[in-house]
Amino acid sequence: MNFVKLGEIMHIPDGYLGPYTYIAMWIIMIPIWYYAGRKLSSELRSRQVPLLALAAAFSFVIMMFNVPIPGGSTGHAVGAAIVGIVLGPWAGVIAISVALVLQALMFGDGGITAIAANCFNMAVVMPFVGYYVYKILSGSTDITSSRRVIAAALAGYISLTIAAGITGFMFGIQPLLHRTAEGVPIYMPYSLNITVPAMLLEHLLGFAILEAIVTALIFAYIQKTDSTLLYGERSAQKMRMRKSSTA
Amino acid sequence: MDKTVRNLAIGLVALIILAPLGLLAVGETFGEWGNEELEEKIGFVPSGLERLSSLWSAPMPDYALPGIGESMTAASAAYILSAVIGVVICAGLLYIIGKRIAKD
Repeated sequence: MNFVKLGEIMHIPDGYLGPYTYIAMWIIMIPIWYYAGRKLSSELRSRQVPLLALAAAFSFVIMMFNVPIPGGSTGHAVGAAIVGIVLGPWAGVIAISVALVLQALMFGDGGITAIAANCFNMAVVMPFVGYYVYKILSGSTDITSSRRVIAAALAGYISLTIAAGITGFMFGIQPLLHRTAEGVPIYMPYSLNITVPAMLLEHLLGFAILEAIVTALIFAYIQKTDSTLLYGERSAQKMRMRKSSTA
Repeated sequence: MDKTVRNLAIGLVALIILAPLGLLAVGETFGEWGNEELEEKIGFVPSGLERLSSLWSAPMPDYALPGIGESMTAASAAYILSAVIGVVICAGLLYIIGKRIAKD
């Protein structure tokens, strides 16, 4: 039996997307995975390996924390924004994809046909939106700046909301793409005017707040204890050291 | 291992132990979209949805162990076991691959 929890629809199950959409998403995702793998193997430092392993595991577990929101839905944070900020967005693609594939195969959380669509939403959109929102809002502030904690929180908030909106869009185009000769929907029956506002509102008012808190807390902890772990910070630190040694 | 990474790992273990809290939110009261509920809502089950939804049988569907009973204790144990399996496979796989491809 295949039950779909009402709010737990961030993981698209089998049957909700028709072949046009899920096949298109596989075609989009295969080169993204390939490039992310290449990028990771050229950039990964051995010091970051435990953090990469931890990131995938953390994302897996945080997605199991279902929380209720008013209106009767349940949902969860993904943890993908903080992974994108700490490890860089391409490493985020790999880490979150591993968690999502395992969830689909072993636990039936998210469909098999929809693996690529789910990875696109949660393992690509989220770490990239998260990373760039954080980057832009942080500007040239010092790595220890408290503005960066706010930037991380907003990165979490915006990334999950956008991913949810895209998920809603994927659902909502199904009645347009797949109908029987009599006009009856074959896959997701609800159209855009229902799916997009539903997904956006649930996340704007609920789950994205949780994602913001999770992102800010972990960011603040790493920032306070060892900011050299953050993506791009080793090179910055080296430059500072070089500068101070030549001065 | 870095102290910060070690502490984050300890935090992860705490999350695993607390994972059953995530079960509280998915009681029957919140409703589930089974095919029956969908039929109730819109009057029919879309044909493609019905066909594809039984495509895959996961070994531990919805992070539960089939056949260990419906009690909260059993569900919590299965949920923690699921989290442990998820952490071991995710972290193990990426650690092994990461160590092989890391440059320095």
